[in-house]
Amino acid sequence: MKILIVGCGKVGSTLAEQLDREGHDIIIIDNKASVIDYITDTLDVIGIVGNGASYHILLEAGIETADLLIAVTGSDELNLLCCLFAKKASSCNTIARVRNPQYNEEINFIREEMGLSMTINPELEAANEMFQLIRLPSAIKIDTFADGRVELLKFQIPKDSILDGMKIMSMNRQFNSKVLVCAVERGDQVFIPSGTFLLKANDKIFFLASPKIAAEFFLHIGITSNHIKNALLIGGGTLAVYLTNKLLANGIKVKIMEQNLDRCNELSEMFPEALIINANASDNNILAEEGIKEMDAFASLTNLDEENILLSLYANKVSKAKIFTKITRLAYEDIIEEMPLGIIVNPKIITADRIIQHVRAMSNRKGSNVETLYKIVGSKVEALEFRVKSNSAFVGVPLEKLELKPNLLVSCINRQGKIIIPNGQDTIQLGDTVIIVTTNTGLNDLGDILL
Amino acid sequence: MNKLIIFHIIGWILNFEAGFMVLPLIVAAIYKEQSGFAFLIAIGLCLLFGIPMSLIKPTSSHFYAKEGFITVALGWIVLSLFGALPFFISREIPSYIDALFEIVSGFTTTGSSILSDVEALSYCMLFWRSFSHWIGGMGVLVFILSILPLAGGENIHFMRAESPGPSVEKLVPRIKTSSKMLYTIYFGMTLLMILLLLLGKMPLFDTLTLTFGTAGTGGFSVKNSGLADYTYYQQTVITIFMFLFGVNFNFYYLILLRKFKAAFKSEEVRWYFLIFSGAILLVSLNTGGFKGFFSSIHHAAFQVSSIMTTTGYSTLDYNQWPTFSKTILVLLMFIGACAGSTGGGIKVSRIVILFKSIGKELSYLLHKRSIKVLKFEGKKIQHETMRSINTYFVTYTFIFIASLLIISLDNFDFTSTFTAIAATINNVGPGLEAVGPTGNFGGFSDLSTLVMTFDMLIGRLEIFPILLLFTPDTWKK
Repeated sequence: MKILIVGCGKVGSTLAEQLDREGHDIIIIDNKASVIDYITDTLDVIGIVGNGASYHILLEAGIETADLLIAVTGSDELNLLCCLFAKKASSCNTIARVRNPQYNEEINFIREEMGLSMTINPELEAANEMFQLIRLPSAIKIDTFADGRVELLKFQIPKDSILDGMKIMSMNRQFNSKVLVCAVERGDQVFIPSGTFLLKANDKIFFLASPKIAAEFFLHIGITSNHIKNALLIGGGTLAVYLTNKLLANGIKVKIMEQNLDRCNELSEMFPEALIINANASDNNILAEEGIKEMDAFASLTNLDEENILLSLYANKVSKAKIFTKITRLAYEDIIEEMPLGIIVNPKIITADRIIQHVRAMSNRKGSNVETLYKIVGSKVEALEFRVKSNSAFVGVPLEKLELKPNLLVSCINRQGKIIIPNGQDTIQLGDTVIIVTTNTGLNDLGDILL
Repeated sequence: MNKLIIFHIIGWILNFEAGFMVLPLIVAAIYKEQSGFAFLIAIGLCLLFGIPMSLIKPTSSHFYAKEGFITVALGWIVLSLFGALPFFISREIPSYIDALFEIVSGFTTTGSSILSDVEALSYCMLFWRSFSHWIGGMGVLVFILSILPLAGGENIHFMRAESPGPSVEKLVPRIKTSSKMLYTIYFGMTLLMILLLLLGKMPLFDTLTLTFGTAGTGGFSVKNSGLADYTYYQQTVITIFMFLFGVNFNFYYLILLRKFKAAFKSEEVRWYFLIFSGAILLVSLNTGGFKGFFSSIHHAAFQVSSIMTTTGYSTLDYNQWPTFSKTILVLLMFIGACAGSTGGGIKVSRIVILFKSIGKELSYLLHKRSIKVLKFEGKKIQHETMRSINTYFVTYTFIFIASLLIISLDNFDFTSTFTAIAATINNVGPGLEAVGPTGNFGGFSDLSTLVMTFDMLIGRLEIFPILLLFTPDTWKK
């Protein structure tokens, strides 16, 4: 597809890099020449210096033949304007980043009136993702398929777990749980495991299950699924506000620590049931005083990445809470990932991910039968959801008889709403959707799973 | 420095060169020429080095502008060193230095020749000579980029290092598609010209070699009389196509997209056409005494087109022309053709921008605090671009002077000495007097020949890639 990206900041350049890798034609527009120079030196894209909301710049960028325009500049209004003009100049789809909470309240109206295919609110998305993980505290990441009926969960095996040293097939027998471990990340390597694969402590495993089964599984392997009952948020910004909304609505007690007095007053007015503390969290006495040791969840959401990192390191040391750390600007992802900061929440990366998923869905609707696509473990593993639309060689054949490509697992079959975690005797039928997990990239059709 | 990727690409350059050499081999077979064996040996040698080098897998696929420049510079030198082999091995050009000059003249689309008797060469050698124009015109690396599955945005560094002009941009987002489009337009125009010449009853061999020479704006002909013995129709076709190949290929791309208004708004093309027409007018008037009105326009048009696009064909001995016309021709050598074409010279866009900057400087002298933004093609000229154009011009001048000094040791008259450098560094071909259309470059010493070979590469690759090879910092870890 031909994609125009307006705004070459962190989100814009992440989008450009990933979408370029997936083979789309990218034209990127930004006001700053230095930024465009850099991006055209490193990616196979065309860069234009200019105002993305200017009609003639859009024309120069080729908006008339574009399939999609993504506006991710720092200004909501500019993004909306770009999309408005793009819609007038061509029949492309448009995506705008709109982060102002005031616009968020009327987002449906904005989306419909301006004909946007998608709006993305980074803080809201980050809050949603955090909330998902708070709901299921043992998981590191959750992606959904089949409209939420199946979840792909990432989970790290703790040091003294009974899973340490257990074969995957024994695991299923022992716990009577229908989960399918579809990928294991050990250090730098990724495995698509067979039944004889031996799990070790610190392995990060990915497995598919319905939400209910996932909860049972955690219970079975002895993870006291601490229901999170209270949470301490440091920093009362927009992300904290969205998160607090969801937490309070689900009966979780919220404590927010914010150092700006006026903001505290605002927060107090918004959330009468939450406890708002006006303090600077970098004083660890205050944290102790407010009971950091007894918290179930802790989130560092200040504006300074460095402060967030320090706060989380401290929290990790003194409490058993599930920790979230917001990182927006810093690079050095490899180093940050090795620090015990709990779950890293990067609103920009989350934004880019959501947009990329939408783009994949768009391009897949035009061609292949892929309904959903996630890249897990960096980009090493893909989890795809296919719909079986026509009779093919693999329909009706028991899975164990199919000659599948190596490093590929048929992880889940969704038959008219019924979730089947398949074993060797199950078959794929017409009308099913099938979830495949594989290290082979570029599968476009379910037939590609066969050798 | 990512040395492995440089080796890898140079390996492929050699492989492609071996492929290119198959064509003259076929010509040798058709005409049953002994010299064909020289091509077999040369192909073997290219593959002997090329295949192992191209099999080197770079450990990192990342590289920067530096690797781009080095690859282009080294690549073209290697291309030339191996390309000279057929001439040398077959003994048709016994001196390797002369053979190197000749093939560099071919690849850089200069068209200067050390041969005193062109017709003494075998058909396959003449074919290789002219075919090298076609290859070098649009660029070897651009050709490779359009074919090999070299993914990655950093490949733009190769394109920028090899393609002429102050700022090189892609036509479309993907470099492979962009390179393919350039070559498609190039190929299409080549075919069209071949057809038109064949229609004009030109023999096939002459048609092919002259078309190659025109498409690459090179200038090697296959007759000692240059293009004097061809018909008016044939000469006119060549005049028109020389002009066309000197136009910025961006223009043709816009035409293909039916963006006619944008295409014709191109400032560079308009200046190019203006200078072209002005020069023809002046030269025809000045040479008016020659054989009648229509004839003088015809020859003026041919010669102006030939020199301005730095092709270098000639239909007559313009040494006989009055000094005014000869001076215009020499000036046209320096101006050259449009950026983004196969022509040489300093390029119309640079000349226009340099002139505009004079106006800006004068304005500053009058109004110290004024701010004046220079525009070209409707866009503001960035500081970096202006700076690099200025530096280019200065470096060019210094290299010109140094070369001039060295070859003056050969004691030719000043006009020959000066125009010899002018013709090689601007990739034109013929100069005036001893190196004029009826002369050749054979009379120079080996040292001078090497200096001029160097100048031809400097001109085609626009100085800096070659200069970087000689900069110690490039090679430091």
